Amino acid sequence: MGMSMTQKILVDHAGLSEVYAGQLIDAKLDLVLGNDITSPVAIKEFEKHQFSKVFDPEKIAMVMDHFVPNKDIKAAQQCKTCRSFARRFHLTHYYDVGDMGIEHALLPEKGIVAAGECIIGADSHTCTYGALGAFSTGVGSSDMAAGMASGTCWFKVPAAIRFELINSLPEGVSGKDVILHIIGQIGVDGALYRSMEFGGSGLSSLNMDDRLTIANMAIEAGAKNGIFEVDEITISYMQERVKRPYRIYHPDMDAYEQIITIDLSQLRPTIAFPHLPENTKTIDEIDERICIDQVVIGSCTNGRLSDMRIAAMILKDKHVADDVRVIIIPATQSIYKECIRLGYIDIFLDAGCVVSTPTCGPCLGGYMGILAEHERCVATTNRNFIGRMGHVSSEIYLASPAIAAYSAIAGYICGK
Amino acid sequence: MKAHGTAHKYGDNIDTDVIIPARYLNTSDEVKLASHCMCDIDETFIHKIKPGDILVAKDNFGCGSSREHAPIAIKACGISCVIAKSFARIFYRNAINIALPILECEAAGERIEDQDEIEIDFDRGIIHNLTKQESYQAQPFPAFMKHIMEKGGLLKAIAKGE
Repeated sequence: MGMSMTQKILVDHAGLSEVYAGQLIDAKLDLVLGNDITSPVAIKEFEKHQFSKVFDPEKIAMVMDHFVPNKDIKAAQQCKTCRSFARRFHLTHYYDVGDMGIEHALLPEKGIVAAGECIIGADSHTCTYGALGAFSTGVGSSDMAAGMASGTCWFKVPAAIRFELINSLPEGVSGKDVILHIIGQIGVDGALYRSMEFGGSGLSSLNMDDRLTIANMAIEAGAKNGIFEVDEITISYMQERVKRPYRIYHPDMDAYEQIITIDLSQLRPTIAFPHLPENTKTIDEIDERICIDQVVIGSCTNGRLSDMRIAAMILKDKHVADDVRVIIIPATQSIYKECIRLGYIDIFLDAGCVVSTPTCGPCLGGYMGILAEHERCVATTNRNFIGRMGHVSSEIYLASPAIAAYSAIAGYICGK
Repeated sequence: MKAHGTAHKYGDNIDTDVIIPARYLNTSDEVKLASHCMCDIDETFIHKIKPGDILVAKDNFGCGSSREHAPIAIKACGISCVIAKSFARIFYRNAINIALPILECEAAGERIEDQDEIEIDFDRGIIHNLTKQESYQAQPFPAFMKHIMEKGGLLKAIAKGE
């Protein structure tokens, strides 16, 4: 039996010649990531056990993104802990207010992650970098601490499901709809402990932002990682950003436990209803008027430039509905700046939206858009769990930037 | 290693946001985290549990965010073991890494009811339901994970001199 892309990357990083699903291995890491929520726990463990050095100061990334600019005194203390640690160990990739972005938008943009690399991050959406053909997975703070000290991590080698993409997406349908469709089909534990590997002739119709969105939400199907085959689109993206050699891995087609064909041309705008990402309906299946109180366009899932472009195209010369608060959050400083240059920010402000500097903020109910009792929000984020964005009785509807923008104007969930 | 306590039973897809909501993640203090454990799904949880009690759930326990604060909160409020039909993978490894005993067992996750009295033999992976007079076989930990648990967590296991 052959090996999946994930298994091939793990073999090379474990110094083995082959691996099988279920095998426990130790693999060398190309990058260890943490944020302002998870790093303090890792730093506490690192210091408690008296580690005196990090394995490589160039291979640790720490991004202050969840609660910054600091939402309260405790959050400020957490960032201070990270900042001191980063200075003490001379971390190359420490990003704070002024040059930070939402970690999973920032790292690909800056070329810190690349094809063939083995990456762990103390954030569940670390699986995003699979869009570039990397093995990248979310872990906890202890793993981050151990990774910073040793440069290695233990893994159970995952089996894999292949998603064979064919044809191309219709107008108005995006990467978000692809991944919501898939989660709706296989469920929130449909890929539990497995890799989701994406390939096929339909790949060429998906731009990098679409792929980053799809890989980002692999965790919402329970997957260990999501990973895309590398093609010319990936190579061209990395060419502008990655200044070191990288390696492209191709899968053996007999490596897959299951192959699921997704005909992109058949997909429709898809919305996940409360309180699980698997509760999906296409826009055509919604037969009631679902009035909303808030819209959030942003996050590590959909805060990239093409997401902002779609929102701006729809909101241009329009105004959001009365009684709907619309919060738009470009995911990095560079995206924010591009939005200003391209006139998107003017469009958003004229339409009655607020625009924030990069932060995870409302996505996890941190700050910047908390929901009150029984309020409803359409969000381009990734989770609609109970209480995720505020009060336990509030509701989150996950959707693409297009659906979010149309709904903001209408005041209820709609697709045009 | 053994555990003995009362079961507190929950359903499918108990996510880490309800185990410890993000609004409390501005601290890594385990006692403070424990005081909010499970609050968004069961406000009474923290008041009804006794040290040694056992948390039991169905499928995909601990899904969502990678926050290690979730198993830390569960451990710090005195839970001796989490049993589920299946675990989300990040929660699973976080629990091992902080030495919170967890067992994956289809039958136990299905059969155990709230308030059943449970006894666990970790070495053999056997879960006894003293209330129902039943036993369920879970997979014992692989040697490598057992080593981490016995050392008291991943960092202790890899720290100097260990």
